[in-house]
Amino acid sequence: MTKLAPVLSAHWDEKDSFTIEGYKRHGGYKAAEKALAMDPDAVIQLVKDSGLRGRGGAGFPTGMKWGFIPQGDNKDHYLVVNADESEPGTCKDTPLLMANPHVLIEGCIIACHAIRAKHAFIYIRGEVTHVVRRVNQAITDAYAAGILGNGIDVVLHIGAGAYICGEETALLDSLEGFRGQPRLRPPFPAIAGLYARPTVVNNVESIASVPAIVMNGADWYQSMGTEKSKGTTLYSLSGHVANPGQFEAPLGITLREILELSGGIRAGHKLKFWTPGGSSTPLFTDEHLDVPLDYEGVAAAGSMLGTKALQIFDETTCVVRAVLRWTEFYKHESCGKCTPCREGTWWLVQILRDLEAGVGTEADLEKLLDLCDNIMGRSFCALGDGATSPITSSIKYFRDEYIAHLTTGGCPFDPVASTLFVGAGA
Amino acid sequence: MAFIAEDLQIMETIIKRYPRPRSAIMPLLHFVQSRAGYVTNEGIELIAKQLQLEAAEVTAVSTFYTQYKPSAIGEYHVGVCTNTLCAVMGGDAIFAGLKDHLGIENDGVTPDGKVSLEHIECNAACDYAPVVMANWEFYDNQTVQSAKDLVDSMRAGNPKPPTRGPNKLVTWKEASAVLAGLNDGLAHEGVQAGQPTLLGLKLSKEGK
Repeated sequence: MTKLAPVLSAHWDEKDSFTIEGYKRHGGYKAAEKALAMDPDAVIQLVKDSGLRGRGGAGFPTGMKWGFIPQGDNKDHYLVVNADESEPGTCKDTPLLMANPHVLIEGCIIACHAIRAKHAFIYIRGEVTHVVRRVNQAITDAYAAGILGNGIDVVLHIGAGAYICGEETALLDSLEGFRGQPRLRPPFPAIAGLYARPTVVNNVESIASVPAIVMNGADWYQSMGTEKSKGTTLYSLSGHVANPGQFEAPLGITLREILELSGGIRAGHKLKFWTPGGSSTPLFTDEHLDVPLDYEGVAAAGSMLGTKALQIFDETTCVVRAVLRWTEFYKHESCGKCTPCREGTWWLVQILRDLEAGVGTEADLEKLLDLCDNIMGRSFCALGDGATSPITSSIKYFRDEYIAHLTTGGCPFDPVASTLFVGAGA
Repeated sequence: MAFIAEDLQIMETIIKRYPRPRSAIMPLLHFVQSRAGYVTNEGIELIAKQLQLEAAEVTAVSTFYTQYKPSAIGEYHVGVCTNTLCAVMGGDAIFAGLKDHLGIENDGVTPDGKVSLEHIECNAACDYAPVVMANWEFYDNQTVQSAKDLVDSMRAGNPKPPTRGPNKLVTWKEASAVLAGLNDGLAHEGVQAGQPTLLGLKLSKEGK
């Protein structure tokens, strides 16, 4: 049985965990002090040695990303933190920043030192007013304490409601003051990122993991996790479970283990389908309870670790309704830049709406799969790919349920049964 | 409304945050909403002038992002998450209940100008589903009834406080100022974390 291992979340239960005093009480900003006394290349090597991989979804090795920044090029370098957490099901960076914004600032200082950047930008989604307050105050307090402003500046940038800005090049365009649409790559941000300067874009959790690695060493980090997925990470459990929440554990824990220690599926029900890492990662079912939740394990089982957003749905949930809703989301959030995604997601919604209403024939399922085939890998960015994941995986595992909508002429499920307040008189 | 001299000074300080002025478009749009309530033509013109851009360039950015509103909305803007997980767990019922209770549709505003309603996408609080936002503050674990009570409290001029946020719900304009990066001094208020956020840590301390 894998044990939980709070590192990022270790002090969240202290009421002042978000203040500079609360952070310093547990050695906060000591890692920055230590890193600033090191050669920048040694810091990059340390992060490489730790095995830390990107926690925003793609899992790219963080130290290697830092190492791509050209040195001695006499150009400004930038660090951009992606705090635009918007992938459906994903809810880890938001509570992290609310409970401990200083760990991100300390991570920014260390990363800036390593990549020789003087400026870090934190791009935070705009729909979280209180998180914005906490991060803004933390930056102010770090300046007042002389921690920022001595060669490294952190600027808070607040988004305005566009999922696509979580895509790193769309984020950069947005930060430059344009509509947030993805850029053609190459050139990659490491060569031409913000203002066409070498730029590292990292997820909040990735950067926030760095101070502990600097303090405790690469070997310590390597001692947790699996062969190629090192360290601890935040798993976000939500949906039809007895007790939803954040669970920080070594990479490789399974859903069965997380359910066992948290109290399982909600009483009287059983698991039907779930996402391992947000709605853009292909669905899993009860066959996948023992899949190790690390980058390789989830990929080998046909999905992606993504953001470790474990959205759990029990047998009361109509998979067609669930998938239609996600598809409506992708259609709404498609930035319109490329044709396969813009037009394709629109058609996916039309067909799925009909299917949910029991209109159409089985041939429409093939049409859906054909559309997905023409979006997947042919879109400008990963949004289009992600839009196909719930559709193709749900047809793979629940084709009969789609057909049941057609044979009964409508949805065979009672939507009330899947709410949390069944029988509560609400 | 006309922007006053102090507003222009604040806009200057926002522009100075960035190595290049154009990056300030987004916070400036939030700032315009903090003064005018929505993105007015006057606000667009002012941003364009400050950044030496065409008004069309600023409009092009403004219309891309859903948080910038093209017309007046409520003093309290209520968003109900109807992305899959929240929808299934009760968000759809809450949204339908609020539309019925307030007598308005999606993107509608009550005649008294107090409350506007919008169905929103995932707001990164899935472990607190179903989630309702008001002026982008968290109202966790909602039911149809609790959401109705919430909007009633807004219309009565005494809105219930957020579950994870400041002690008192700020207005739409005040929240927009926060999103422009201005510090309203309320960061210390409210909990550091809700119970679901702390569950893993608690279980770990129990030896799990």
